[in-house]
Amino acid sequence: MTTQTTSQAPTTHGTPVTFDHVNKRFGRTRVLHDICLEVPGGQTTCVVGPSGSGKSTLLRCTNRLEEPDEGRVLLGDTDVTDRSADIDAVRARIGMVFQTFNLFPYRTALDNITLALRRVRKLPADEAAERARTHLASVGLAGLEHRRPGQLSGGQQQRVAIARALAMEPEVMLFDEATSALDPELVKGVLSIMRDLAGQGMTMIVVTHEMRFAQEAAGQVVFLDHGRLIEKAAPDKFFGAPESPRLQAFLSAVT
Amino acid sequence: MFEGLQRVWETFFNLDLIGQTLPTLLRVGLPNTLLLAVLASVIGVVVGVVIAAGLMSSKVAVRLPCRMYVDVLRGLPHILTVYLVGQGLPLAGITLFGESTYGYAALAIGLLEGAYMAEIFRAGFQSVEKGQTEAARGLGLSHLETLRFVVFPTGARRVLPPLTGQFILVIKGTALVYLLGLTAGQREMFAIAQDTAIVNASLSPLVAAGLLFLAITVPLTYAVNAWERRLRDGRKDAPTGSATDSATDSATDMDRALAHQGTG
Ligand SMILES: Nc1ncnc2c1ncn2[C@@H]1O[C@H](COP(=O)(O)OP(=O)(O)O)[C@@H](O)[C@H]1O
Ligand SMILES: [Mg+2]
Repeated sequence: MTTQTTSQAPTTHGTPVTFDHVNKRFGRTRVLHDICLEVPGGQTTCVVGPSGSGKSTLLRCTNRLEEPDEGRVLLGDTDVTDRSADIDAVRARIGMVFQTFNLFPYRTALDNITLALRRVRKLPADEAAERARTHLASVGLAGLEHRRPGQLSGGQQQRVAIARALAMEPEVMLFDEATSALDPELVKGVLSIMRDLAGQGMTMIVVTHEMRFAQEAAGQVVFLDHGRLIEKAAPDKFFGAPESPRLQAFLSAVT
Repeated sequence: MFEGLQRVWETFFNLDLIGQTLPTLLRVGLPNTLLLAVLASVIGVVVGVVIAAGLMSSKVAVRLPCRMYVDVLRGLPHILTVYLVGQGLPLAGITLFGESTYGYAALAIGLLEGAYMAEIFRAGFQSVEKGQTEAARGLGLSHLETLRFVVFPTGARRVLPPLTGQFILVIKGTALVYLLGLTAGQREMFAIAQDTAIVNASLSPLVAAGLLFLAITVPLTYAVNAWERRLRDGRKDAPTGSATDSATDSATDMDRALAHQGTG
C-alpha cells in the first residue's frame, strides 16, 4: 500500500519535459539525432553514455543554452524552442547545475543566490537573503553564507550551486555531471542532496556517470550513443537486462 | 682621475642645478605631468572601451576597423603618432582645442593609449568564463543583466591592475609632448628639465626630473604587482575569516552603485 502511494504520488504532479524529434548539429557534426523522449513530471530521468555522445547538448537544449536545429522541447505546455517565447521566463522555471559549479567568483555564497532572486523573481533584499539562507542551510552550509567560492571546497561550491538553483523554486532541475569534478570524498554529500530531491518529487534530468545513483534514484534511465537515443528503460531493466549490444558493452566497461 | 670623476659628477649630479630646477619641477612640471597623464588616460579609457566593444562585436564591419585602429596605433612609434596628431590636427585646420597645445597633446597620447587599453579591456572581459554567463542566463537573467551583474564585476576586477599598469606607461609617455612645444606654464617635467639642461649645459636637471618620475612610477609598479598577485592567488588561499570577507566584498557595493545609476 505505502509503496504504491509513493510511486504514484510523484507522477501526479511536477512538470514533464518532452523532447520531440530534436536534432542538433555543430557545423557538420550531427550531435543529436532525432531525439524523442518523455521525461515524466516528478521523476528523475538519468542520462548515461560515453563522452561526446551528446548528453550535455541534450540537457542544454532543455533551457535553450543550445538551440535545436529541428524539433521541439516542451516544458509542460510551454514550447521552449518557440522563438517568440520569453526565454528568460522559461529559464527561470528550470534549475541547472554544471560540472564546473559556475559560481560567480566575486560574490559570496549568499549573493550568488540572491542575484537572480532579486533580478528575476523581484524579491526585496531582505526576503531574498532570507530565502538564500534557508536554502544554504538545507544543503548543509549554514554559517558559510559570507564565504566566496574560492574559500569553499568543490563539494561546498557545488552545494551552493544547487541551493542557487533551488532557491528559484524551479519546476525542473538539470544536472550535468554534477559530481564529476569533485574529489571522491566529496561526491557523497552532493549525491545525497540529489537523492533527497528526487525523493521529494522534483522533475530531474541527471547526466551522470554514477551508476549506483541512477539505479537507486531514477525512474527511467536513458542511454545515448553518438547522438542517438539507443535505449530507455526503468533502472532494474536498464542495468539488469540491457537489450542493445552497445549498452551492454558500455555497462560492462563502466562497472 | 679625480677630475674625471668630478666632471661626471657635475654633468649628472650638479646639486646646485638640481636644487634650482626642483621647485619649478614640483610646482609646474609635476602637476602638468599628472594632469596630462590623467587627461590622456581618461581619453584612453573612453576610446579603449568603445574600441574593445567593437573588437568583441560579431559584425565584421565593426570588428575590422577597430582591429585596424589597434594594430596601427600599437604598430607605429609613439613619437610619430604624437607628431601626426599633436601637430597635424592644428595644421590641417582641425582646431579642436584652439591654440592650446595641451589639448592636442592629451588627445594624441589618449588616442595612442586607447589602442592599448582596448586590448586590456577585451582580454579582461573575454577572460570571464563562459560558464558564468551560462549560469546567469540559466537562472533567467537577461543578456544585459548578465553583462551588468556577472560579466562586468568580474571583468572590471581583472582589468583594473593592467589598466593601472598602463597608467604608469602614460605618465612616462607624457614626456613625448615636449616635441609639440608647450608654453612655459604648460610644460611637464621632462620639458622643464630639458630646457634647463640646454641652458646650463648640464644634464643634472634631467636627473632631477628622472628621480621624480621614479618616485611616482616605482611605488605604483610595486603596488600593481602586489595587487595582481593578490587577485591571482587570492582565490586559493584567501583568509576564511568573516572580517576579511565583509571588508573585501564589494560585489554588492558595486551592484548598489550601479543600481542607483540605473534608477537615476
Ligand atoms: N559548442 C560546440 N561547438 C562544436 N562542437 C560541440 C560543441 N559542444 C559540443 N560539441 C560536440 O558535440 C558532441 C557532443 O558533445 P556533448 O553534448 O558535450 O557530449 P557529452 O556531454 O555526452 O560528453 C561532441 O562531439 C562535442 O565535441
Ligand atoms: Mg558533457
